[in-house]
Amino acid sequence: MTDAGELRSRTRRLLAEHPPATTGRTDFLKARFDAGLAWVHYPAGLGGLDAPRALQAVVDAELAAAGAPDNDPRRIGIGLGMAAPTLLQYGSEEVKERFLRPLWVGEEVWCQLFSEPGAGSDLAALGTRAVRDGGDWVVDGQKVWTSSAHLARWAILIARTDPDAPKHRGITYFVCDMTDPGVEVRPLRQITGEAEFNEVFLTGVRIPDAHRLGEVGDGWRVAQTTLMNERVSIGGARIPREGGMIGKLATTWRERPELRTHELHRRLLDLWVDAEVARLTGERLRQQLVAGQPGPEGSAMKLGFARLNQAISGLEVELLGDEGLLYGEWEMSRPELVDFTGRDAGYRYLRSKGNSIEGGTSEVLLNIVAERVLGLPPEPRNDKDVAWKDLSR
Amino acid sequence: MTAQGDLLYSETEDDLRAAVRALLADRAGHQTLLDRIETADPYVPGLWKSLAGDIGAAGLLVPEELGGQGASHREAAVVLEELGRAVTPLPYLTSAVVATETLLGLAGRGGPATELLAGIASGHTVAVLAVPLSTAPDAEPFPSGTPDGEPSPPAVTGAGPLPAATVTGVADAVAADVLLVPRADGLYAVPAGEATVEPQTPLDLTRPLARVTPEPGSGTRLAEGEAARAAVRRGLLAGAGLLASEQLGLAAWCLEETVRYTRERHQFNRPVGSFQALKHRMAQLWLDLVGARAAARAAADALATGAPDAPLTVAVAQAYCSKVAVRAAEECVQLHGGIGMTWEHPAHLALKRAKSDQIALGSTGRHQDAIAALTNLPAPE
Ligand SMILES: Cc1cc2nc3c(=O)[nH]c(=O)nc-3n(C[C@H](O)[C@H](O)[C@H](O)COP(=O)(O)OP(=O)(O)OC[C@H]3O[C@@H](n4cnc5c(N)ncnc54)[C@H](O)[C@@H]3O)c2cc1C
Repeated sequence: MTDAGELRSRTRRLLAEHPPATTGRTDFLKARFDAGLAWVHYPAGLGGLDAPRALQAVVDAELAAAGAPDNDPRRIGIGLGMAAPTLLQYGSEEVKERFLRPLWVGEEVWCQLFSEPGAGSDLAALGTRAVRDGGDWVVDGQKVWTSSAHLARWAILIARTDPDAPKHRGITYFVCDMTDPGVEVRPLRQITGEAEFNEVFLTGVRIPDAHRLGEVGDGWRVAQTTLMNERVSIGGARIPREGGMIGKLATTWRERPELRTHELHRRLLDLWVDAEVARLTGERLRQQLVAGQPGPEGSAMKLGFARLNQAISGLEVELLGDEGLLYGEWEMSRPELVDFTGRDAGYRYLRSKGNSIEGGTSEVLLNIVAERVLGLPPEPRNDKDVAWKDLSR
Repeated sequence: MTAQGDLLYSETEDDLRAAVRALLADRAGHQTLLDRIETADPYVPGLWKSLAGDIGAAGLLVPEELGGQGASHREAAVVLEELGRAVTPLPYLTSAVVATETLLGLAGRGGPATELLAGIASGHTVAVLAVPLSTAPDAEPFPSGTPDGEPSPPAVTGAGPLPAATVTGVADAVAADVLLVPRADGLYAVPAGEATVEPQTPLDLTRPLARVTPEPGSGTRLAEGEAARAAVRRGLLAGAGLLASEQLGLAAWCLEETVRYTRERHQFNRPVGSFQALKHRMAQLWLDLVGARAAARAAADALATGAPDAPLTVAVAQAYCSKVAVRAAEECVQLHGGIGMTWEHPAHLALKRAKSDQIALGSTGRHQDAIAALTNLPAPE
């Protein structure tokens, strides 16, 4: 088993052989991947060393101290957080070798073609069709709310392959080439003014069968891997005390004594406590993972993260008073990366509204906690054993 | 980023929990408590001896060379989680935590504090700090006054002027052998026989409160000046930090009980626990509990390791866990419907404990004020 000492010396060797000062960014990242230091818990040959996940911190600390470039995870979050774990678990050897390196290095951006106009929370109701044609599949349909589709080289896609089966059983999971001539991406403007997400029209898109992940009809199960990782990656980052949204508010509070009121002070302290407890909850979750006792607490993180971000940024707009009446910039743009704590308070307030919708709404996550964690009985439902084509829409 | 203390439970802590839980289930079930809480003596006979002596829980904070177990706040926190779960009347928080920690602040000096600790650690002596249960760690419980040690002017409460040196709302004073009494000229150990202890009627019948009047000139002085003040602050800080674990245990019981009941109770031809309005309330409670567990563990660990930010971590845990325990107990009553409103059902024991705990060792607002000061987030001028 690889230990911290070995990782440290491997990292130093990488730095000696490819000095960050004189090596191009991409070249350095490729060398890091090939040295197994990209994500140490991944298999050898795929950017890792089969080492315990917790030891990544050892590598990251060495690299940060040496001023090495990183792969800017904010730009490639969907690839790193959702596509990669799914590729790792369900991809063939060829698929893993082809996709993981450019994904991690950031040469290829990924997007997620899951949601549709008629299938959001009820994702398994999706209607985009994939039909077998020799060694290929031909895909027709419409996806929506697709973040980064305008930047993406590849997409993870779920589509219906058997309309006669009940909805959860007729879905198959694919890797879709976003440069296929049948893929059309149109920006969708958000309440912030910019267009992070898009609608994506798929017309006769051809996908080789080799780019299928998991069995035909088993796509719902494969998608669970993606969705679980999505919830962990939203709100799961390690932050110091007063990191994230609360840090912005606290700084404004300290720098602007003239804005303070007693009522805002109480609410500030309430939120400060909640943010600190959320930080500790994340720390505890990580300690559980390291100790090999993963708990269901992961599902708590995104719910708390969304609520807190919204409350904190909302309070900051109020605190700013006259300035809170202003907004930085409404001009429509298609951003390269998403930064929840970026820009001005007004932007943060509006962007954080998406935190309780993207990656599963807070209502749906509460259902999941109630049923899977607490074991409360499900609501009666009428869609489980009906063929997808016979469902009401 | 500074390293985060250990927020998990060790195997030893799990074993201790199992032992305490088994003892309480066997000897202090809800029916036993309901039968006793309205009598003059709510403490279950012999239970203290079993917990303190046989399991050794009373001496967890006391080093082995002073007659204790040489464990830490982390283990004591686990005991308190169980006592909170079962809402057990026992002088654990008061004697084994607050008084013990206060005396530990003086033990380096040898003498009577050290002797007292050995007695407390073995469970033979119950000692209680004679301050109101509501006293926050940053409060000033020492009267300013005359050199003879009696306060002046006399302490006054809503009930009108009282005889000199009376303290009201002292938790577990009725069980105490020794009272630790803050006086103007220092901290005194007063044998219970040399004080008048008059029981009051508490909201939480599982934590008896009393009015305590030590005889003038009674007792032995343990320390004076800043040494005495620092020791009492230390005792109250440990108490507030570990109270969070009691609140966590109580909230966990409330949620488990509510989930169990709403899964079984049928109305409208389905379990009431299948209604989404209730599921979301219970799921939200679970989220709060996950946070409370992290906060309470952080406080226990910070106290155990003497972390420099322990006062902040304790204030965060108190501000958070108080609120969670009250909400859990209130939801427990509401989601049980009519039965939750009965004396027979144990939900009210949890509710009364949670509501009293919210005031104990500093209110939420008081802890928030401490946070504001410690983090440089000041109130308006
Ligand atoms: C900023 C942003 C980025 C996104 N990026 C992507 C992306 O890259 N790729 C992608 O595939 N999707 C993406 N999404 C889509 C997102 O996953 C969906 O919006 C989400 O799952 C909700 O689906 P919906 O919009 O159809 O709402 P609906 O499902 O129609 O929900 C409407 C309301 O009903 C509630 N509701 C629905 N079902 C239940 C239930 N069973 N119980 C209680 N309440 C219920 C919901 O909580 C919500 O309040 C993104 C969304 C946002 C906001």
